Amino acid sequence: MLLHVDGLGVHLSGKPIVSDLGFQLDAGELLVVLGPNGAGKSTLLKGLAGEHKIGAGQVMFAGQALKNWSNRDLAKRRAVMPQRVEVSFPLTVEEIVRLGRPPEPLSQSAPVLSELMELLDITHLRHRLAPGLSGGEQQRVQLARVLAQVWDTEGPVLLLLDECTSALDPAHQQQVFSLLRRLARQRGFAVLAVAHDLNLAARFADRLMLLHHGQCYISGEPSEVLTEHVLAEVYGLSARILELEEGYPLVIPRDDAWASTYAKSSPSGFAPVNPSCRQAS
Amino acid sequence: MLTDGAGRLAKGPALLMILGAAFAVSVVSVTSGAYPLSIAEILGVLVGDLDDEVARLVLFDVRLPRLVLGFLVGAVLAVSGAILQGLFRNPLADPGLIGVSAGASLAAIAVIVLGDTWLGGWLDLAGVWALPIAAFIGGSGTVFLAWRIARRAGQTSVATLLLAGIAINAIAGAGTGLLTFYSSDEELRSLTFWTMGSLGHAAWDDVAMAAPWLLLSLCAAPFLARPLDAFLLGEQVVGHLGYNTDWTKRAAILIAGLGVGAAVAVSGLIGFVGLVVPHLVRQTLGAGHRIVLPASALAGGTLLVGADCLARVVVEPAELPIGLMMALIGGPFFLLLLLRTRIV
Repeated sequence: MLLHVDGLGVHLSGKPIVSDLGFQLDAGELLVVLGPNGAGKSTLLKGLAGEHKIGAGQVMFAGQALKNWSNRDLAKRRAVMPQRVEVSFPLTVEEIVRLGRPPEPLSQSAPVLSELMELLDITHLRHRLAPGLSGGEQQRVQLARVLAQVWDTEGPVLLLLDECTSALDPAHQQQVFSLLRRLARQRGFAVLAVAHDLNLAARFADRLMLLHHGQCYISGEPSEVLTEHVLAEVYGLSARILELEEGYPLVIPRDDAWASTYAKSSPSGFAPVNPSCRQAS
Repeated sequence: MLTDGAGRLAKGPALLMILGAAFAVSVVSVTSGAYPLSIAEILGVLVGDLDDEVARLVLFDVRLPRLVLGFLVGAVLAVSGAILQGLFRNPLADPGLIGVSAGASLAAIAVIVLGDTWLGGWLDLAGVWALPIAAFIGGSGTVFLAWRIARRAGQTSVATLLLAGIAINAIAGAGTGLLTFYSSDEELRSLTFWTMGSLGHAAWDDVAMAAPWLLLSLCAAPFLARPLDAFLLGEQVVGHLGYNTDWTKRAAILIAGLGVGAAVAVSGLIGFVGLVVPHLVRQTLGAGHRIVLPASALAGGTLLVGADCLARVVVEPAELPIGLMMALIGGPFFLLLLLRTRIV
């Protein structure tokens, strides 16, 4: 097991944002973390990324407690993409991607940089200055930078991605998630991606984890997690779920007029409220 | 001139050009002044052919220490500016704007004015080092203060930082004004030197006193180049890329405080070098610190020595304070930059 999280709690200025969270992530797995705004998705990710102090519980990474890893060793095995990165200085796309590389001569990083810029469709932007790029282009540049960091690492690596496709058009969303899935399958990357797009998550994830009030509400395969009553309960979203013959669900939001009835009926109607993670099997 | 895809100059030729300019202003700096020396005379003195005691004295005891000090101070101010701008991710974070120079100069002025009364013990303790050490403490203390104030819940707020800088500048300015009010005529003369900046009194003693700190700051700066690059993507990314964020911040503040403190100790307040030079370097050569730091050092030294030459010749045989000269050149130049390009 590459990442083993047990009883995790993260506090922000005294307030518990994530509490008693446990899950596991294996090499080769793509786990998408879902949840409403403020559910604690980013906080969870920042806790795992070392930005927030872990208040309770234990995080084991590759058989060793996360806090015992040195910064440098961890950087070779774990790459993080924050929700927003603003570049206000005149750096070119190529320079930013190269920031992910360890100190090495340009001739050595050049093949990796070209490959990644090709994969993320930013080769044509390589000499452009980052402050002038669109939001989606910047996001692809950052993702290339994040991948560059662990591209030639031996052994399994962990990617922590916070809404890495939020600004992308549908084609690039598809491209990025296919790439992530390929990296998981072929190279054994363990990917933890926070996302909002339910259908994108359902299509590409091996497993979904739905956070609610800082706890895992349910986790499992897409068809087990994305059900009408779970979505109503957690998001207050009324949606129709179509089970596609390919084996994953399609979520279609209903017209708003229905929402109020669902919001009223849900607390009493279906209430599988369970403080610990309900493992759908 | 070669440019790459982003419209930047090629790094090698550009550095050679700055080196050429540095050499040119150095030649002008040693030859011009109240007692003009020709290049033939200088070569004669250097080789030992020319037996002219006055020329030898002017060259070795007046022009050379001034050239060395001017170059070092300019280099350190520019590099400190580049470091602070990288650290705060803001091209406006000049050592002057966030109050570092004012803090350093307040400490130095306090030593001048109160040296024989309240701070007598400090003078006895520190001896000839009293001034530079006080300026250094004042400089790094204010950077630290501004940084602490701007930091909330693990985030450094740039707007708070600049506002804190304005407040610190005002407080230090009030302190300086108060000390000026209580100073004697003689002390007032020295005070003017601090507030307007000057290389006019540069002697080998000053060089010996400040050079170790200035050089230390210049030599330590390149070690920050990679973490500072990471800082351009945001504070959190520094840790993700495997650098120690806190260590980097402390080192950057120490290096900038050390350098600016020592620079202010020997030359007083000289603004704009730390703002204009790194800005120009970034626009022409790119924002990566492995090029910004050395190029800023070279260009900053060159600019200050050049401004010093101008300060000496425009009102010959008197001299303008170099701080005034820099503000006269730098202010309009910076406004021009603002009009022509977007800063952020």
